[in-house]
Amino acid sequence: MAEPEIFSPARPGEPAPRPDILRPAIDDLAPDVVVERGLIVRLAETTWLRRVAVVVVLGVIWEVYARQLANPLMFPSLTETLEAFVAGLRSGALVSAVSGSLRILLVGYGVAVVLSTLITALAIGTRIGTDVLSTLTSMFNPLPAIAILPLAMLWFGLGVGSVVFVIVHSVLWAVSLNTLTGFQSVSATQRMVGRNYGLKGFAFVRAILIPAAFPAILSGLKIGWAFSWRTLIAAELVFGVSGGAAGLGWYIFQNRNALETPNVFAGLLTVIVIGLLVEGVVFRAIESATIRRWGMQA
Amino acid sequence: MFMSREPSHSVVAKPLLEVDRVTLQYVTPERIVTATRRVSFDLQAQDRFVLLGPSGCGKSTLLKSIGGFIAPTEGEIRLAGERVREPGADRMFVFQEFDQLLPWLSVVDNVVFPMRATKRFPRAEWRDRARAAVEKVGLGRFADVFPHTLSGGMKQRVAIARALAMEPKVLLMDEPFAALDALTRRRMQRELLELWDDIRFSLVFVTHSIQEAIVLASRIVVMTPHPGRIVAEFDATRFGHDQAGGSEFEAFSERINRLLFAGEEIAHG
Ligand SMILES: Nc1ncnc2c1ncn2[C@@H]1O[C@H](COP(=O)(O)OP(=O)(O)OP(=O)(O)O)[C@@H](O)[C@H]1O
Ligand SMILES: [Mg+2]
Repeated sequence: MAEPEIFSPARPGEPAPRPDILRPAIDDLAPDVVVERGLIVRLAETTWLRRVAVVVVLGVIWEVYARQLANPLMFPSLTETLEAFVAGLRSGALVSAVSGSLRILLVGYGVAVVLSTLITALAIGTRIGTDVLSTLTSMFNPLPAIAILPLAMLWFGLGVGSVVFVIVHSVLWAVSLNTLTGFQSVSATQRMVGRNYGLKGFAFVRAILIPAAFPAILSGLKIGWAFSWRTLIAAELVFGVSGGAAGLGWYIFQNRNALETPNVFAGLLTVIVIGLLVEGVVFRAIESATIRRWGMQA
Repeated sequence: MFMSREPSHSVVAKPLLEVDRVTLQYVTPERIVTATRRVSFDLQAQDRFVLLGPSGCGKSTLLKSIGGFIAPTEGEIRLAGERVREPGADRMFVFQEFDQLLPWLSVVDNVVFPMRATKRFPRAEWRDRARAAVEKVGLGRFADVFPHTLSGGMKQRVAIARALAMEPKVLLMDEPFAALDALTRRRMQRELLELWDDIRFSLVFVTHSIQEAIVLASRIVVMTPHPGRIVAEFDATRFGHDQAGGSEFEAFSERINRLLFAGEEIAHG
């Protein structure tokens, strides 16, 4: 009772003093605690497995609902759709539709990405260039590609040219907007680091801005990819045959006219599957090789 | 023993860096902010020159101007007799911020980066020089990892390695240890001095810690704010970590303290 009396507390109302504790580090050699995690927990932590589970659940709901409805003309079931899908692959009709669409898509997307790189790299160098590009993106980004399809057909005729043109339009502004925003939000420190080593102009853009803005650029590329798909399918629905090879949009349109609803669903399913593959395989691979590896995204 | 870390040059040598009546201003749409007003000092080769002053007295601005990022509105800055006009790798910068390392490059590649950008040294030597520099700051085991896996102190050491590997005429450091905890900060100060013993680089170092200034500096410039001006320039070659806490050290520290806060006492009556 008497001992704590030795310290008189520095301020009134202090909690009662307690003795000091010294802990010699003797249990350092004890093995680390290992937490055993069950199989279920480990499986539940696998991202792709969770995603697959979501898809399976959606598929089951679809199947059950469609069977209850029992009206394949309006709403075919998952199994009917899959059958139509396999039949389409076998006959080659679906395959040639996909390859026709993809070819145009890749051309349009590629042209747009190259153009976008060039104009943003040019624009970022000067204030007026940035102003011009910002204004252009805010003007054209909201303009639906389909709205300029009639014009495109007037200029480029009823061919691949028109479709490529509208795809480029839909991708270009989305990608440029993201890239420009990404460039502008590169930290002042990293800019100064680049300038400290005498980097200027394109060398500066290539060595500092592009990698530093890569998360924004990549999300622009993803958005652009989704836009290009939508635009392509919509253009084909409106416009039919896209030069020689008919595409997926045309496949869907024709089968609807023929009331082959399972085939329509199979066409839509194909669009979704390709979208998921590109997102889940291509973009994920790019992400884990770049921004995840660099710690720029969790 | 007493005169530890005395620069080996003679005092009359031609200065390496001359800051000559430099006024620096920020022009914003609302007003003009004068960050420094006609400041002058000369830095000799192998000096460890410390700019000391309270927040807002224009230390960073002055350092950026030496770095070539901000042009003086008045006066000029000369490096080895040549007027400084733009940034260049003869003045390597170490910033206060941890994000100065480029996250997309591994530690070694960060150190190689300025060599590649400036084509300094033969290409074949880049990696070896970079590895040696990383080794020198004690991070040899971390040479191949990406910066986001390093602690704050380790990142600053990589930044120092990157700057030193270029063998710049002057090393410019803006409060590089300010965001570190007290223990790491002390260790980094020691390491910096050991590196100086090794390589004898020339240094301009910004801080607002009197203790840090006295320990690190061969020469201290004391600045006061509104507008930033130099009120004194001291020799500090006789102090290192070993003298810290000694009576002479404390007296010197107290003297600087009074200089720094003299203006304020007058202002507040
Ligand atoms: N970008 C800017 N635009 C306008 N004024 C600025 C800008 N940067 C700094 N200033 C002003 O210039 C003065 C000096 O700033 P500076 O950053 O050089 O101070 P400092 O001495 O480095 O301070 P600290 O120790 O807090 O880093 C301050 O009054 C500040 O308000
Ligand atoms: Mg500062």
